Amino acid sequence: MSFSDWISQPVNWVFLGLALAVLAAGFRVVTSQNVVHAALFLVATLAGVAGLFVLLSAEFVAWVLVLVYIGAVVVLFLFGIMITRAPTGQDVGLDNRRARPVAAVVSLGLFGVLSWTSVRAFQDTAVAGVGERTPTDILGEALLGRFVFPFEVVGFVLLAALIGGITLARRDLTPKEEEERGAV
Amino acid sequence: MDIVDVLLIGLRVVATFALLLVVTILNVWAERKVVADMQNRIGPDRAGPWGILQTVADGLKLFFKESVTPSKVERGVYLAAPFLAVVPAFLIFSVVPWGAPVEVFGRTMPLQVADLNVGLLFILAMSSMAVYAVVLAGWSSGSKYPLLGGVRATAQAISYEAAMGLAMVAVVMYSATTGDGTGTLSLAELVERQAGTFLGFIPRWNIIPQFVAFAIFLVAIVAETNRAPFDLVEAEQELVGGFHTEYSGMRFAMFFLAEYINVFSMSAIAATLFLGGWNGPTWSGILPAWISAILPVFWLLVKTYAIVFVFFWIRATLPRLRYDQLMQLGWKRLIPGALAWLMVSALFIGFRRFGLPWG
Repeated sequence: MSFSDWISQPVNWVFLGLALAVLAAGFRVVTSQNVVHAALFLVATLAGVAGLFVLLSAEFVAWVLVLVYIGAVVVLFLFGIMITRAPTGQDVGLDNRRARPVAAVVSLGLFGVLSWTSVRAFQDTAVAGVGERTPTDILGEALLGRFVFPFEVVGFVLLAALIGGITLARRDLTPKEEEERGAV
Repeated sequence: MDIVDVLLIGLRVVATFALLLVVTILNVWAERKVVADMQNRIGPDRAGPWGILQTVADGLKLFFKESVTPSKVERGVYLAAPFLAVVPAFLIFSVVPWGAPVEVFGRTMPLQVADLNVGLLFILAMSSMAVYAVVLAGWSSGSKYPLLGGVRATAQAISYEAAMGLAMVAVVMYSATTGDGTGTLSLAELVERQAGTFLGFIPRWNIIPQFVAFAIFLVAIVAETNRAPFDLVEAEQELVGGFHTEYSGMRFAMFFLAEYINVFSMSAIAATLFLGGWNGPTWSGILPAWISAILPVFWLLVKTYAIVFVFFWIRATLPRLRYDQLMQLGWKRLIPGALAWLMVSALFIGFRRFGLPWG
């Protein structure tokens, strides 16, 4: 399919617009010098990705993305920012210019690997069912039937990450420190 | 889809928008009257009969007041926050069916802006978007007290949304006992499945088998809308005003509008999920057809206002919770309670469908 064929379909204009918006917002996430602005650009990025899912008629996935990532994860980011570095304004150290080349190499490499594998894996296969709503019950059956094992493994990995996070963040006090704290 | 369909969709959107604005004007007045009555006061009685135009007068005043922008604010976010409050408040109502489908121009029109087949998820997503307005308003004001209000809002919204979602899951699970045997997330479908009766005379509303879920949902929506006794976000005595301290004029009015729209739409959602939505006697055949068509809207409004009244009643009765009490109630009572109820009702639904394991 040539580019002029591709661009002649209105649905692809929407795709192009959304994809460019996602890219621009994603770029601003890492270059923004204000940590709250970075979080808000992350919201814009995720909203754009949800829009891409809607284009694929995956309403359920799109709203789950909005609910979980925009509604909970980024809100938690903001909560963390508010209780640690609340004042408004710029933080010049946030955009580390010396790390830019390394970051560019890593992110372009990741993009290359992911796009290469997905292009190789699917080739020209059209995705079935685009344009009709995905019934949620079929999704549920797939998740708790055929894919139940990966689903549970992902849950287990997340639990392990959670416990690991707590262990890393909460250092046990030495007896001496505990004594000092008790004295205060 | 032809021009008539498009016009009908437009009509529904405009009607919903107008409905929300009108009920907000009435609700502000009704709340002041109800609370005044409970406290042995008269309440507003100057503007119009029974003071019913008081909100219009207040709204006009706020509209013409200067919107002061303090010098320390983070401008862009500060100006955007009131809109972030109003937009999700309007959107959340768009999935609520506010009447039985009616016949117009030879086609059946559902009285609902959009029947998403993942309607409940949409409600949860939009109610979690509402927290952005409060957090960002508090942060961008560049002032200590609004920031504290914003931080409180985040913690509160996250805690009570979990309980609210779990209560909804119980309803979705229960909806699998009627219909085609799978649960549904569409609000229109949930209402249809509550038609009919238990034992011939008790209406088949979800509140009867799911009374625990209803109680949890009710507490959670009061907390989600930041209303008393969960209004720590705008505790005047502690925070000067709360997240909206630095807002004035029209921008303050928009936060106010969003709060009252949220109270109404959350009550309508509770009525839809637990009180049978627009189901009710229509006496079709006895009454003229147009009255029978309008009666479901009336039933939904009656049920919604019963819950809105509870909001006002609680506000007039209970003192504000302390912050640690709020967290205790959310994490140690409501969420474990909702999980336990989910297990119990799953067991009952399972026994009903598959029989007892030893039977």
